[in-house]
Amino acid sequence: MNATVAGITYRAVLGRRRILLLVLLPLALLGLALLLRLVGSADERTAVLLMQKFVIGTMLPLLGLIAGTGVIAPEIDDGTVIHLLSKPISRPVIAVTKFAVAASLLVLFAAVPTYLAAWILIRTESGVAPGFALGALVAGIAYSAVFLFLGVVTKHAVAIGVVYALVWEGLVGSLVPGARKFSIQQWAQTIADQLATSPFVETDVTLGFAVPALVIVTVGAVLLTGRRLRAFSLTGED
Amino acid sequence: MKLELTQVSRWYGNVVAVNDVTMTIGPGVTGLLGPNGAGKSTLLHIMAGFLAPSNGTVTLEGRKVWKNHHIYRDIGLVPEREGLYGFLTGWQLVLTAARLHGLPDPGAATRRALATVDMEHAKDRRVETYSKGMKQRVKVAAALVHDPAVLLLDEPFNGMDPRQRLHLMDLIRRMGASGRTILFSSHILEEVERVAQHIEVLVAGRHAASGDFREIRRLMTDRPHLFRIRSSDDRRLAAALVVDGSTGGVTLGEDGLEVQATDFRRFTWLVARVARAEGIRLLQVSPADEDLESVFSYLITRSS
Repeated sequence: MNATVAGITYRAVLGRRRILLLVLLPLALLGLALLLRLVGSADERTAVLLMQKFVIGTMLPLLGLIAGTGVIAPEIDDGTVIHLLSKPISRPVIAVTKFAVAASLLVLFAAVPTYLAAWILIRTESGVAPGFALGALVAGIAYSAVFLFLGVVTKHAVAIGVVYALVWEGLVGSLVPGARKFSIQQWAQTIADQLATSPFVETDVTLGFAVPALVIVTVGAVLLTGRRLRAFSLTGED
Repeated sequence: MKLELTQVSRWYGNVVAVNDVTMTIGPGVTGLLGPNGAGKSTLLHIMAGFLAPSNGTVTLEGRKVWKNHHIYRDIGLVPEREGLYGFLTGWQLVLTAARLHGLPDPGAATRRALATVDMEHAKDRRVETYSKGMKQRVKVAAALVHDPAVLLLDEPFNGMDPRQRLHLMDLIRRMGASGRTILFSSHILEEVERVAQHIEVLVAGRHAASGDFREIRRLMTDRPHLFRIRSSDDRRLAAALVVDGSTGGVTLGEDGLEVQATDFRRFTWLVARVARAEGIRLLQVSPADEDLESVFSYLITRSS
């Protein structure tokens, strides 16, 4: 970790217009929860559905994409990343710092609002609020790492990330039974299920698979990001 | 400190960007001269550890440059692309660089670097409000903040106005005089000549010439020049010119003469003389190959 790298990364990410999306999605979640509460349909089944469809299915991958790519891809695009890389700081340290910034944004803009939304609906009933907050936390961290890596390997990180989130996680992950094992969203549900006792939370993946999978994907993506940065090349403008 | 390149090549698929370059960059100012597309940036990126050579090695005092972040204690890099955090003030940008270097007193180092490039007056303005020349200077300040022994600048004068250009030239000269190893790339001979004691010429990825600027200048003006001449009597003028030793060959064509001059200075003096003596009116005298490209291509055929 490098405090100066973290500081400048926070400023760069939060200063960009994309930050609006980071705020809008959790605001929409809280708005929905409030609305459901007001119209009187704030029951456990609704809460779990909102968590599964909106939080895990939509908000997390999108926020992960915005934060994960946002901490590095724009800097690679406009060349500012040279300012960081032309310094006597090991590249893996830069990768870990960038990851930590993205992950912290996910905690703030995904995990915390998730807890609040569930709490607004059904308070702490059946452990839905802490369960999905924890699920959002670990999935958010994993997404940060995966999209950070995507941001250093391709210029089309956002496009590829959207396709991955929609097609793999959304479609294949929920339709093809075997593929479900390899979906961050499914792992998040498994984690959520540990604290949530609600019968509406169903999982296909065991905890024994989900935890190692989350760790391997997260650590692996961060390590690969560091490796990739070590060989960072400037090309093309000659 | 010495930056040594040994048989460095870089290719992209079938395209060779840098072809078997061996050179040593030592203390003082070295100009890397070459036309656009010659591979200057590619070579500079390789020297700065931002591109792996496909072949060959680059070392700084014996330490390899590629995948070695420790070299940045001794190297300052000013890339051509803008690459500045526009939301920071000049002060913050340079201070960030000082902190990233882990300097013991980042504030003092920042003050010193900003003073060197004469940017103290604008240090509290955001970088995005700077003019091109100011951006260039604050980039130099950020690259200088850790007082590196080696400074690499990619086309530093591009897009600067004449006054800013002079200022930066003066700065580079002073830094070179103080014993730093400085290398900058440029496609303009006059720029290089005014700042660098030593010139390396790169043409089409190949190391075409190397030496003192006087030497390079001589190589460039002593080459055979081609002139197109139209006059009131081309045939008679051709006959008179070919008598002189400074004329290599004369071709008489439909629309005038093409004359190969072997001694540039004498020939330019001769043409007017001969024309007046013969009572011939010169309608047009134009150098046919004065562009830099042909100068460079001459250098490359000479060196091969």
